Amino acid sequence: MTALAQVAFAPELFPNGVVQYLVGGFFVGLGISVIYLGSGIIAGNSTFLETSLSYVSKLPRFNLPRFVQSRDWRVLFTVSIVLGAVGYKALFDPTVFVTEVQWWRLLGGGVLVGVGTRIGKGCTAGHGVCGVGSVSRTSIANVALFLGTAILVALGVAALGVTP
Amino acid sequence: MSDAGRGPYFTLLIVGGGLLEGFGLAYSGMARPEVVLDFLQLQDLGLLLVMGAASVTAGVTFWAATKFGDRAPLTGRAYTKRVKSMDRNVAVGGVVFGVGWGLSGICPGAGYASVGIGNYQILWGLAGMFVGAYAQGYWRALRSSDSASSVAAD
Repeated sequence: MTALAQVAFAPELFPNGVVQYLVGGFFVGLGISVIYLGSGIIAGNSTFLETSLSYVSKLPRFNLPRFVQSRDWRVLFTVSIVLGAVGYKALFDPTVFVTEVQWWRLLGGGVLVGVGTRIGKGCTAGHGVCGVGSVSRTSIANVALFLGTAILVALGVAALGVTP
Repeated sequence: MSDAGRGPYFTLLIVGGGLLEGFGLAYSGMARPEVVLDFLQLQDLGLLLVMGAASVTAGVTFWAATKFGDRAPLTGRAYTKRVKSMDRNVAVGGVVFGVGWGLSGICPGAGYASVGIGNYQILWGLAGMFVGAYAQGYWRALRSSDSASSVAAD
């Protein structure tokens, strides 16, 4: 709740207000909660990468029983995330958004995200939302590390004059 | 860990949850790398509120289900919390992921949602994520054929 206190005392930290962030975050948590209540599954987002590789790779590493078992619903889950974002656009903002962040940043960053989330057992959803929501020390440590590192890297890249 | 008892209701559940999550990621701005990079450059701390609101919502659900619930109706799974074991990989993975996130402004879930707002450029990032996940798995397979220590699904 310190964040809310900061809104009161430091509005410059939230130049775009707070409502869309709180509402969006609530819906993210709600989606996770719905799946959890119905199935007991704590659905992260990065495992999809690994399980989907089992469709195209014979490598045993990607064909572990639990991966093959969950790969179909993970594809469905990911497609539904895409469609949920389409729904937002249709309802609130019917313009197409295309990022200006350069392709090499997206590609290089993407590779490291793929490696890091698989080594570290989770991503922003798995550790950041579900793990923190479970008050897991492991997840809190992971989040502190990826958040701190990402802030340093993003500031560093900006300092080097790379925009966008 | 089996997901037995899947049927049309399970499918609807996954679709419903995914739609809600994707909507939230788009609504919050997290599907736009620029918004994430603004946050990481400490221009706008809004993303802390996204993570905060999401983890409080999920956390209350986990707490209530583990305290008052028994088993999930569609799978018969027991309700548990998400607690992974701590090891060096959690730290190394967190740092590597952090470098990637800081460089690109995208994480997996937000990357998927970004496709839905029309951001075709994000396909660079998604391609990179698959390459990274493959490279990590390949390297891991080289290092050991022991799958017992593999990453648990989440």
